[in-house]
Amino acid sequence: MENGFSSPRNDSFPAGLRVLVVDDDPTWLKILEKMLKKCSYEVTTCGLARDALNLLRERKDGYDIVISDVNMPDMDGFKLLEHVGLEMDLPVIMMSVDGETGRVMKGVQHGACDYLLKPIRMKELRNIWQHVFRKKILEIRDIEGHESFEGIQISRNGSDLSDDGHMFCGEDMTSVKKRKDFDNKHDEKDFGDHSSAKKHRVVWSVDLHQKFVKAVNQIGFDKVGPKKILDLMNVPWLTRENVASHLQKYRLYLSRLQKESDLKASFGGIKHSDMHLKDPAGSFGLQSSINTNQNDVANEHMPDTKKTLNADNPDPQETSSQMSFDHSFASLGSEVNYEAFDCRIWSEAPKIELKREHKPLLQLEDGFSQLPPCAPEHHVKIDKLHPVPSVTSGLSLTARDVSGPIKNEPLYAEYQSNRVSHVSPKKCESFPVQSKSHMVVNHQSYESVSTAISSMKPQGFNLSCITDFDYSQRNLKASDSTLAPFNETACLLQGDFHNKYFGLPNIEFTGCNDPSFLAEIPVHWHDTLTSDYECPLDPTEYSIFDQGLFIA
Amino acid sequence: MDGVVQLQKQLVDYIASLFHEGFLDEQFNQLQQLQDESNPDFVVEVVSLFFEDSERLLNELAKALEQKTIDFRKVDAHVHQFKGSSSSIGAHRVQKVCIAFRNYCEEQNVEGCLKCLQQVKHEYSLVRNKLETLFQLEKQIIAAGGSLPAT
Repeated sequence: MENGFSSPRNDSFPAGLRVLVVDDDPTWLKILEKMLKKCSYEVTTCGLARDALNLLRERKDGYDIVISDVNMPDMDGFKLLEHVGLEMDLPVIMMSVDGETGRVMKGVQHGACDYLLKPIRMKELRNIWQHVFRKKILEIRDIEGHESFEGIQISRNGSDLSDDGHMFCGEDMTSVKKRKDFDNKHDEKDFGDHSSAKKHRVVWSVDLHQKFVKAVNQIGFDKVGPKKILDLMNVPWLTRENVASHLQKYRLYLSRLQKESDLKASFGGIKHSDMHLKDPAGSFGLQSSINTNQNDVANEHMPDTKKTLNADNPDPQETSSQMSFDHSFASLGSEVNYEAFDCRIWSEAPKIELKREHKPLLQLEDGFSQLPPCAPEHHVKIDKLHPVPSVTSGLSLTARDVSGPIKNEPLYAEYQSNRVSHVSPKKCESFPVQSKSHMVVNHQSYESVSTAISSMKPQGFNLSCITDFDYSQRNLKASDSTLAPFNETACLLQGDFHNKYFGLPNIEFTGCNDPSFLAEIPVHWHDTLTSDYECPLDPTEYSIFDQGLFIA
Repeated sequence: MDGVVQLQKQLVDYIASLFHEGFLDEQFNQLQQLQDESNPDFVVEVVSLFFEDSERLLNELAKALEQKTIDFRKVDAHVHQFKGSSSSIGAHRVQKVCIAFRNYCEEQNVEGCLKCLQQVKHEYSLVRNKLETLFQLEKQIIAAGGSLPAT
């Protein structure tokens, strides 16, 4: 396949950049075409999203970047964005006359590399090549580095993102740009060196994607890494960077599904607490209120630790809550930017997610508020959560969605399990098997999470997550004998754990590594819960919970 | 020659007044700057596209608001579109009415929407007339052998 950057065009880059513009407004289409031509770009215009997708699919390596309007009659711009991301892995810029923060946020969450407000000035279009360039750089890095690289990258992203704390709010595209520009400059040299080695753009066919998903599930989300996936997939011509960027898109896709199912579940969004009770799964990830979560958790566990988590729907709920939780976590991870949450790192495995997945941030927020690890922040976060019902609702939805769709969507389930496994490296594989593996996973996740969280710093979370996971894994093994009862409750608890976490800012995660951690946890939790949070749980509930958790 | 100079001055003043009165904004300047030798009629072409699209949108809007049960989401979608296309040529006053229009849609205020529809139709015809006058002036200048003032 022709690689745009290795073609003669490369010499005059960014001139000749192949841009596909999609907009249902004929006036804008004409103006944009003219503007882009003036920038010496090669322009193709499209009035319909469908046509655009067809064009992209026909000429797989025919475009370098896509610019699309958000509101189109035949297909939502965000959907198109996802498809392009998943199938073609091209940078996509969104445009709209509507600059509402929520919309911009959504764009970023869906993976848009930029969001332009109409009326668009030519100077804004002049620099769109940076997105293409940046992508190349990242892909090249992927080839070079492995987890360590990603770790570095993530930490960098993490630090950058934390600097751009407000990026999440969609108000900071420029700062993101600056950061990216900064990165690009550093990579320019590499880029030049590796341009010839640049991978061909991969088109992810259904088969290929299935292989990918299978591999991800097999590995387990916590362990998932492009190299591992690549090895499992056993596709000779596929490169690690291809897999890495696809993984990123996949995560976005899953989180969108989650959100959609949330909406379908008609949670309404803001008051998750109610929902949580009814739908433990959903509530799990959703933050609406820690209390709610805790209550849910407590309620679930109360009757019988052995019972599956959710009174109503033990398995599904567990899974879902877990999923939602995971999901929220996962999203959190991707959104390193979320200043409030250190935990964010935890959910999403290192990479690239941090950079791009803004959407998860929201979820993280919700999820995070529940995460204990960041004790001091935790409190802060929780407070923050409340005043932002709209945000949380959006987030909660996602979490909820997770629970919903998880069951129905094999992909999603895989995703979920991936996330879970992300936390608990070991048992991830079993995740799809809801009942048992779920439990195990939960358990592990719990531990991993705690360890991960405790040891996480915004920037280094990746790395620490990994090490923590390993550590917790080992710990788990150590306390294997005690795990059996725990496992069962673990699943249930997973959500609970997380919930508990919220209330337990002081949870000593470092203690997680200690085999006696489990034994200690209930105590800690209990204490912290009551002391630090308006613990919704009754002491009685809590003790039940303790029982469930208490393995030793 | 004198005539041409006169016409040119007229044109410059006219455009300035359109900006001053808020009919056009910076975006129109952008369009003018995009016009070049390879596209000498660029602005006229774009504005014509805008006129066409606007007629269509205004019809859709009128239809949607005539329904027994008004689908406000549909109305809002049309207004949103109109807002977008008016922003493309810098039809500033039209754009402003669209913003108010969208608010009424959100509130599901039928009366407000109908009022806005009238307003937006009015502003649209105003700016349309202004632009047509402008293009006429330009044609005259060209016909008289003059060149258009640089933007």
